[in-house]
Amino acid sequence: MKWQDKYTPVIGLEVHAELKTDSKMFCGCVNDPFGAEKPNSYTCPVCLGMPGGLPVPNKKAIEWTLKIGLATDCQINNFSKFDRKHYFYPDLAKGYQISQHDLPFCYNGHLSTSEGIVDITRIHLEEDTGKLLHKTIQDKKITLIDFNRSGVPLVEIVTEPNITSGAQAKEFGKKLRQLLRFLEVADCDMEQGGMRLEANISLRKIGETDLPPYKVEVKNINSFRFMEQAIDFELERQATLLEAGQVPTQETRGWDSVKNKTFAQRSKEEAEDYRYFPEPDIPPFTFEKSYLEKLRETLPKLPEAQAEKWQAELDLPLDLINRVLIIHNSQVKLDRLNEILAELKSQDLNLINFFNDLVNKKIKVSIQKDAKQTILEFRKLHDTETIDQTELNNIMQTVLKNNQDAVIKYQAGQTQVMGFLIGQVMKNINKKIDPKIVRQTLQTALEAD
Amino acid sequence: MSKLNTLTLQQTLTGLKQKEFSLAELYQATLEAIDEKNKELNIYLTLNNEALKKAEKSSNLPLMGVPIAVKDNFCTQDLRTTASSKILNEFVPQFESTVTKKLLEAGGVILGKTNLDAWAHGSSTETSDYGRTLNPRNTDHLPGGSSGGSAAAVAADFCTIAIGSETAGSLRQPAAWCGAVALKPTYGRVSRYGVAAMASSTDSPGPIAKTVEDAAIMLNFLAGFDSNDATTSSQPVPDFTAQLGKSLKGIKIGVLYQDIAGLEMVNEQLEKQLSVFKDLGAIVGKTPALNPRYAISVYTVVQRGEVSSNLARYDGIRYGSNRSHFGAEAKRRQMLGTYTLSTGYAGKYYELAQRIRTLFIEDLNHLFEKYDVLIAPTSPGFAKKIGVTKRAAMFGELEDMLLEPSSLAGLPGINVPYYRDPETNLFLGLNFITPMWQEALAVQVADAFEKNTNWNTWRSKS
Repeated sequence: MKWQDKYTPVIGLEVHAELKTDSKMFCGCVNDPFGAEKPNSYTCPVCLGMPGGLPVPNKKAIEWTLKIGLATDCQINNFSKFDRKHYFYPDLAKGYQISQHDLPFCYNGHLSTSEGIVDITRIHLEEDTGKLLHKTIQDKKITLIDFNRSGVPLVEIVTEPNITSGAQAKEFGKKLRQLLRFLEVADCDMEQGGMRLEANISLRKIGETDLPPYKVEVKNINSFRFMEQAIDFELERQATLLEAGQVPTQETRGWDSVKNKTFAQRSKEEAEDYRYFPEPDIPPFTFEKSYLEKLRETLPKLPEAQAEKWQAELDLPLDLINRVLIIHNSQVKLDRLNEILAELKSQDLNLINFFNDLVNKKIKVSIQKDAKQTILEFRKLHDTETIDQTELNNIMQTVLKNNQDAVIKYQAGQTQVMGFLIGQVMKNINKKIDPKIVRQTLQTALEAD
Repeated sequence: MSKLNTLTLQQTLTGLKQKEFSLAELYQATLEAIDEKNKELNIYLTLNNEALKKAEKSSNLPLMGVPIAVKDNFCTQDLRTTASSKILNEFVPQFESTVTKKLLEAGGVILGKTNLDAWAHGSSTETSDYGRTLNPRNTDHLPGGSSGGSAAAVAADFCTIAIGSETAGSLRQPAAWCGAVALKPTYGRVSRYGVAAMASSTDSPGPIAKTVEDAAIMLNFLAGFDSNDATTSSQPVPDFTAQLGKSLKGIKIGVLYQDIAGLEMVNEQLEKQLSVFKDLGAIVGKTPALNPRYAISVYTVVQRGEVSSNLARYDGIRYGSNRSHFGAEAKRRQMLGTYTLSTGYAGKYYELAQRIRTLFIEDLNHLFEKYDVLIAPTSPGFAKKIGVTKRAAMFGELEDMLLEPSSLAGLPGINVPYYRDPETNLFLGLNFITPMWQEALAVQVADAFEKNTNWNTWRSKS
């Protein structure tokens, strides 16, 4: 019996994304930690936590967080505030992080995936921390702190634990990233930590509704693929433990992308006490209904809506559409793409080919190129040269002579060697010709033998 | 003429304008007094060697280069700032607090940084890591605190005027004990940017001065919205001196805390002064109010919580001194604050305290429906003797009890002397409270009282 017949995965995600506002969350410093030439160059008394430094909230960052909430069907807390979350860590200058505790800006939203709707518990705004650099200088192991990232606006999106597979988690993450890029509020560069993933994973017996008595948190995952792998690995690992009559330890684990497995980092028996209290340096916020409505009107056409439209108008498979949408993640790019599609349609060109070329990165939609240029590229890509039939026959004969093994195999019914033979012929031609012609010629020759 | 350092701000500005004396002479007189007595009184922790040079460059600005004493919890660029804690022993800020920036822009000069209870935790200036400050009026006694250094600097004529900060009493109580004037503005009237935070939700910078008029002149330079402090108000800033000299006719004054045990002596002295207001045409009535004893608990819980959070940044990684350099009082406050904010206790302490805080706000609002100004003694008694804070962890809270309700409500207030004990040369202070943003009214009434009594030593001299 497979564990899948006995247990249901219970998976919730916590996604952090840095907002790309010009300035930091609570001070006027430049928000560009990855672009800074030197460590600690984009800092001031506020983001360094010096005596008397006071936070002044970034209006744009709040507005963008509300936009993310509106785009994910969230409710908005008309009365909201910031809170202080206390813990000690060298990269946390003030000894507390300004975050949101009981009144997040947004709550109760959702985002759909092909495996069902994922409920969003809350979306709140906080500040990022500095970065520690562990180095050995003159044979001494030391840790340096770079505060360029300290105070960068950070949005946290928390889902309900109703994700049921690694694949669904990956899809959710990708869709969320796409949405944030569409809204033009975050770059979500995973490698640089612009978007960070955490998954809470456990298993419960089918039919049960209570949350399992344990939860394993996999932290600091920096790609969707790794997240999927980590979740799949965890589900197997936990199932094995449960089947052996054990309850998996409540702990934080990391993902080792070399060994392809999760590893224990620290046990987390009890919830940490962050001693939250309302941030006295920032007065609370009240959002008027009319303000939120105006904000809703500024939302661009979201990927979901675009997908539906293409499906209806262009009659393309949804899977292909979604793959194209993930690459074209801003309104300007999408506008350009729609312009190209209209032109392609009027010229009666093959749309599926075009979408495949986009997915395979053979063609790129760019704001710098106009539609005509892209269509020219597309045409060129599919234009083929002609070849003299005698020349083709000569080359083909040489190939067949040199690959007698393959010929015998083909004639014995192993027709899959055809691909190999086509490749050999194409290689020797040195011209861009339609492989269909080669296949036809080869087939005629082999069957005539 | 009296010594130049004993002149009020207003007299000094007039004298400089009319070239009755020079800045050099003013500074010489002030520095002589400091040379003579600072070692004993321990008022200035750091003196600005460039002061006179800077003053001469500022002579064409409104404050004309007058020497100002600044409490050492205001960050001053290139001038050491310790908050009287060894944690910041070698901290030289690279930025200027908004208050000192405004002061410098107006032509004021920071003559030096004054002692305080470490991190402003106290009402005695006895808990400073740099030793206690003595009360210039009587050196067997404490100056009060936490702005004890600034109040003593005024009383000792070590400056023309001083800057301090108050959470609940830290301006007015030391001013009361030192026989000086202090004006605590409405919360949000003066920026807290660059002031080492004590209790963020009540911290209010303000002047300690020789007269009410001086305090009002100074507040004109300090007040206003600051883009670096989200809790400052964009309320228009009036001229705080505008109501000086106006009649008190018809103004309703409520006298608070007449029935509180332990206040018999201060209330008895106050009783003798009430006729001053009546003679000026004001209507005086005694009124009950929510017992300020409850404010002690509320203030203690709220303030300790905020303190434990605000001091978390001194984690030993920056500033050069680790956490073992915290003094006993700072440790106690962090422990208590951490406890009251912990899961399971926050509701019992912090949230309950915030709810009772609202009751105080409502009680005061209610009283202001009947009265324009509320008055009460600033402190339950005269300046205490040195050494009294030893083994008295709650010393400050008890001393500041009468100021806590209105401070928790963010209301402004002024302290002016209303009695001097001829034997000890120690003073009692009277506190004038008005609704939010009505400092000018408090200034008007306090100034009228000051002018019509002889308790102010600078005014009675001239």
